[in-house]
Amino acid sequence: MKKSVKKAGLNKAVLLGAVMSALLASSAYAAEINFVSGAVGKDIEIFKELVKPWEKDTGNTVKIVPMPSSTTDQFAQYRLWLSAGNTDVDVYQTDVIWAPQLADQFLDLTEAAKDVVKDHFPSIIESQTADGKLVALPLFTDAPALYYRKDLLEKYGASVPKTWEELTATAKKIQEAERAAGSKDLWGFVFQGNAYEGLTCDALEWVKSFGGGQIVEADGTISVNNPKAVAALDLAKSWVGGISPAGVLSYGEEESRGIWQTGNAVFMRNWPYAYALGNGDDSKVKDKFDVTTLPSGGDNGKSAATLGGWNVAVSKYSKNPDVAISLAKFLTSKETQKQRALKGSQLPTIVSLYDDADIKAQQPIIPRWKDVFMQAVPRPSAPTKVKYNEVSSKFWSAVHSTLSGKGTAAENLEVLEADLTEMKGKGW
Amino acid sequence: MQQAELQAQRIRAAMWFLLPMIAALAFVAAYPLLRSIYFSFTDTTLTSLYTGQWVGFDNYLNWRTLPSGRTIYRGTLVDPAWWNAVWNTVRFAFVSVSIEAILGLMVALVLNANFHGRGLVRAAILIPWAIPTIVSAKMWAWMLNDQFGIVNDMLFNIGLISEKIAWTANVDTAMWAVLMVDIWKTTPFMALLCLAGLQMIPRDVYEASKIDGVHPIKVFFKITLPLVKPALMVAIIFRMLDALRIFDLVYVLTPNSAATKTMSVISRENLIEFDKFAYGSAQSTLLFLMIALFVTLYIWLGKVDLSGDKQ
Repeated sequence: MKKSVKKAGLNKAVLLGAVMSALLASSAYAAEINFVSGAVGKDIEIFKELVKPWEKDTGNTVKIVPMPSSTTDQFAQYRLWLSAGNTDVDVYQTDVIWAPQLADQFLDLTEAAKDVVKDHFPSIIESQTADGKLVALPLFTDAPALYYRKDLLEKYGASVPKTWEELTATAKKIQEAERAAGSKDLWGFVFQGNAYEGLTCDALEWVKSFGGGQIVEADGTISVNNPKAVAALDLAKSWVGGISPAGVLSYGEEESRGIWQTGNAVFMRNWPYAYALGNGDDSKVKDKFDVTTLPSGGDNGKSAATLGGWNVAVSKYSKNPDVAISLAKFLTSKETQKQRALKGSQLPTIVSLYDDADIKAQQPIIPRWKDVFMQAVPRPSAPTKVKYNEVSSKFWSAVHSTLSGKGTAAENLEVLEADLTEMKGKGW
Repeated sequence: MQQAELQAQRIRAAMWFLLPMIAALAFVAAYPLLRSIYFSFTDTTLTSLYTGQWVGFDNYLNWRTLPSGRTIYRGTLVDPAWWNAVWNTVRFAFVSVSIEAILGLMVALVLNANFHGRGLVRAAILIPWAIPTIVSAKMWAWMLNDQFGIVNDMLFNIGLISEKIAWTANVDTAMWAVLMVDIWKTTPFMALLCLAGLQMIPRDVYEASKIDGVHPIKVFFKITLPLVKPALMVAIIFRMLDALRIFDLVYVLTPNSAATKTMSVISRENLIEFDKFAYGSAQSTLLFLMIALFVTLYIWLGKVDLSGDKQ
């Protein structure tokens, strides 16, 4: 009696083991990959559509974990997960500036991507390489442009501004005239003025396009305190409360797009994603706007656009690294990038797609963005390495203080230079 | 003899009942606290959580002499950003808790009166407290938005302001915006605790004063206030503890604004964003010490009795 009970127990254990191993085996063939990504505009919808062919071909599924749109918030969360060795997330969508900071936590993709690497813009691949390790594969690139309302410019006979000074004058003129005509909420220019990474991008463009360098140069020299940078920030200061609402100091991408897309701004500085959304059916500015390269400042004559863009990296804690790498390769492949460009007006990182006939026909904007992209300037994430976040935070704080009237541009940049010098110490 | 045995047995039994709770507290409260304090004496970063080296008090204060003979001081205790955060937090805590205490008591007095639909009003007034802070902060962020916000719209339409105010962006109004939302959210909590205190006051005291013809204002200051004081003091301690570690509201409404950055916000920034884990731990340790100091001072000065025993 006793013996048979024991035997039944044993049988049960064997059965359980068999079921478990069957489950495990099947999960190895059809894995669920968790993909985290920030969500701006229609990102999530587009992603779900793009990934369908991969799911069908491989039998695996992708679960998307949406995150807040602020890159600063995302970074904080990802860093926590990664330092805790989180195995729940397999693939991360990473900002172009993160590679040097998170390199230790991601798998090296050099081997996996050796056939396709040469198709991408070399500068982007370089930005994702840290100490010879390819940390992430480029998904799409980003370079901002100046959005302008062609109907309003035509109405007042103004030309598309080539310099920031022209932009200021045109914006002021149109804003005053339109307000007198009854559009009380119309503003001249909206941008990203909140104290966050976005302001670093915007302000880097002002400084660089005035010929004031790029905060920290590629060789590590701190160049931010110079008369041209001061001139750039002084001009930007004059916008707040003038051609830009005072609230611009709390705007990110989506807030400025909100003003723009409700038809309440003449000019906007934003990323390409706003182009497709601005031409959506519910948009008040549909067919009324166009884009061009950002203006230049002073007598510099050369405009600058901060290099943005997103990449996919595979966590080294992933339980299914091979499947995850295959997803990363699929998402960054030529065909997927083409679909992404067609559906979301996001810029491909594959050079040949800029001459693609379908893209030219459906998203005529993208081939033109090649010019914007050629003037792209990187943020100083490579020279400042793990200290980049702090450098960026100091820079945007100095700019934010200047814009909100706490100290002049000259004073704030002088303090910034001193702070950065101290942070740098003997070397970054 | 037998009684002593019984006593000892009861104590043993009590120990067994307490043990699970003590173990749980040690695990979720004492261990993380001690570990943060330990981290603050090391050079740990997020990428090297287990290999940090002991550096003594360097994260709090350290100095070195430059070749020129000048001595420079570094560390949290001489960091102006930290002291700015301390000042912001203390200012926020004092203003918000004072206003909430006064408003909460007023609301409690109203709710203590007898009127039709009292139950419904009591439930309704708790709604702001019941909404999660993140949700209400986001809600207010949109209401305070300078262009689409309903607050500006209403003030504009009734002519109180002539141009739209950027509540959360402007350094002069940012702190007020945070205070306003916090007061809106936590006054009901204060009111609830005060109401509980008010209901403990025996009715006959009021009847006697009514017969003697005492002025209502005098009744409030001579009877109600002294009798509700113990409950009020406890409510203030709770709120003070909460206010000194304020994080979520500031983080959602005005992230990164130096005008509202509090101790919790700045220590999180160092811990996670700047990869200065040990430095951030030093700041959270200081935050812990500061809260402990405030509560001790308050209990000592206010002679608050937390034991619940009758004197």
